Amino acid sequence: MRFRTFAAFVAPSLLLMVLFIAAPLTSVFVQSFFVTQPQIQRVETERCTAGFLEQQCTTEIKNVPVLDENGAVVTTTRFVGLDNYRAVVRPDRAFAALSAWDWQALMSIDFWKALRFTLTFTLVTLPLVVGLGLAIALAVNNTMRSIRGPVIFVSLLPFIVTPVIGALSIRWLFVGDGILTRAMEAWSGTEIAMFAQGWTIELLMLFYRVWHVAPFAFVIFYAGLQTMNRETLEAAMVDGASRFERLRYVIVPHLMPLIVFVSLIHLMDAYRVFEEVVGFRSQAHVISLQWLTYDLLQPDDAGNRAVSRASASAMLTMIGIVILLVPLLRKSWRDHKGAR
Amino acid sequence: MKRRNLFIFAVLAALGSGPANAACSFSNEVPIKVLSAAFEAWKSVTDAMAECGNVQASLDQDFRLKQSAAFAANPALYQLGGVANNTIPQLLNEKRIRPLNDLVEKYGQHLKPNQLIKVGGDIVAIAMMVNTQEFAYRKDIFDELGLDVPKTYDQVFEAAEKIRQSGKVDYPLGGMTMSGWNMALEWLNVYASLAGDSFLNADGTPNFNNENGIKALELLKRASEYMDPEYLVSDSTFVQQQMQQGKIAMANIWASRAGAADNEAESKVVGKIYTAASPLAAEDARPVAMLFWDGIVIPRNISDEAAEAAFRVAMEGLDTEMVQAHNDDAVWLIEGYKPGRLAEGAVATASAQPSPISYPMTIEMGLIHSAIGNQISGFFTGAKSAEAALRAAEEEYGTAAREAGLLQ
Repeated sequence: MRFRTFAAFVAPSLLLMVLFIAAPLTSVFVQSFFVTQPQIQRVETERCTAGFLEQQCTTEIKNVPVLDENGAVVTTTRFVGLDNYRAVVRPDRAFAALSAWDWQALMSIDFWKALRFTLTFTLVTLPLVVGLGLAIALAVNNTMRSIRGPVIFVSLLPFIVTPVIGALSIRWLFVGDGILTRAMEAWSGTEIAMFAQGWTIELLMLFYRVWHVAPFAFVIFYAGLQTMNRETLEAAMVDGASRFERLRYVIVPHLMPLIVFVSLIHLMDAYRVFEEVVGFRSQAHVISLQWLTYDLLQPDDAGNRAVSRASASAMLTMIGIVILLVPLLRKSWRDHKGAR
Repeated sequence: MKRRNLFIFAVLAALGSGPANAACSFSNEVPIKVLSAAFEAWKSVTDAMAECGNVQASLDQDFRLKQSAAFAANPALYQLGGVANNTIPQLLNEKRIRPLNDLVEKYGQHLKPNQLIKVGGDIVAIAMMVNTQEFAYRKDIFDELGLDVPKTYDQVFEAAEKIRQSGKVDYPLGGMTMSGWNMALEWLNVYASLAGDSFLNADGTPNFNNENGIKALELLKRASEYMDPEYLVSDSTFVQQQMQQGKIAMANIWASRAGAADNEAESKVVGKIYTAASPLAAEDARPVAMLFWDGIVIPRNISDEAAEAAFRVAMEGLDTEMVQAHNDDAVWLIEGYKPGRLAEGAVATASAQPSPISYPMTIEMGLIHSAIGNQISGFFTGAKSAEAALRAAEEEYGTAAREAGLLQ
């Protein structure tokens, strides 16, 4: 292909990627080193507010932002270096907690609490999603051709449900007097409150994510199984390989590129865990890094939002994903080079 | 033009009001759009406004995120806004709303002085209702066990102990204790009951980690022992449902939520819930509550004609006729309101001596509320001590306030 033709084909998507991925990313990166503040003046005013019977009036000195002639708030933006990152990570307190071996003190810093959960969540769900996806794919591949269609359809259903809705449904099933909690109470004879302590909520979150994403892994692996070379498998059977040995030495190596692909996608997705925290209302017990960014960005009643700290938190989340992906990316890069 | 009228008629019909001009003293020709919160009282008020014609209301629980930006446009995207004392500071500080003095003089002579919200001589909003906490309890259970209505939290715990022993309900107590905004409000209420409006020192630094702050946390922790173990996910809707289904015997809840106890379609305890003033956190303290008001504002960036029409429409929405038709939807400040059984408690809370403080109309209050909301849940899960939780909240407030230019 001539370079001009190539460029003409690639240019539109490059342009969109620059516009919607690179530009916002750069802007967040830059914002994370700056703080924008309104100029505040102290003004003495009398304010009267409604009581039920009588008005309450008070004269006080209030902090009020300064407005310019167009009615816009006057702001100043200044470079603060790594201050925003320090405010999120709290290296001084984290270091003190680490050197005193005080796990609880470390977990009382929001960022470290979120990082602990995000990593646990990502690393525990990964093998479960890959394993369960592979198991379903093998099972479906071995069922009768006539019922394969319906089975595939049913297995895919969890993946079709919108994540927040799925999380909410699980919550409603297990909350205080949800039907599944009631059933477990009747069966075990003890009172069960799934949302009263952190570890049960965490279990539900893990369960929900595996239930939701395993169908994705299944579809990819099932497609991979269709390209399996029958003769290799039959040769292995002639050589007396057991079912497990065939899986271990023939099927898994064949599917390896797909397993890497599914792992890559899942790592990126799971590290951005967010819907579960909102859906299960888990923020008292567990929070994730993505939720932390969202919480900083969410304005309070008076309209304040911590954009700079949110940018720092978002950049830290991205750095975390990149670190997690490096080993897998290096492996596929080596395979790619090897194949050439 | 005709199609437009048809469209508005369809909107009116959807709102469930009668034909245009049914109960309005004038016919409104200027299109008026309203953006307000979405609870029952706002529905009643905007329905009454719609009777004047050409009124389109958006009742939206996310109104506070949209209002400032919508009012900043020129002309503003709405002609009327619904606000409360916790959401008005942003509009005031950015000067998005206009003084209403001349409009009140012309069309609002009947308003009570208490309804006029003033900042430095300017009338900036017209209040229509107050909202505060009240103590709702199951009168049938209290009568059967011979319990008196508690006046202080110590008495609440005594009553809770007896109710627990009687086994009449699943949990003696309910609470709006979902971690975040709700739990923070509970703490702020108890703290204000003990210490009034002293969340900050004179120099603007936070003042949560003190004897009263710790007492407030310990009181809430003690209350939680009588609640559903999942109290950290219990928001006001959850408590309302627990009450309606007869799972709890008492709760200190929003006055605007108590009315649902008599909703026959949802409630199993119709006629059994009575209300009293919010209990005191200690002898001689204030009730565990803060006063909120809801009302209307008019944006600065609209023409004077539109503002005049908007104000006249608003006055129709806030008239005695509307209050008489929807008496039990809120604790109205409007002439003609008679507190019903389920609002008596709110009136008692608001008129107690010493009276509860008003939720402060300041930028700092938003930061205080978030910092407390984010940090105190660790105390309830057992991850932090009371001192550590409040110290963390003070630190978070300090960071946020420095970022917002409020602290050096």
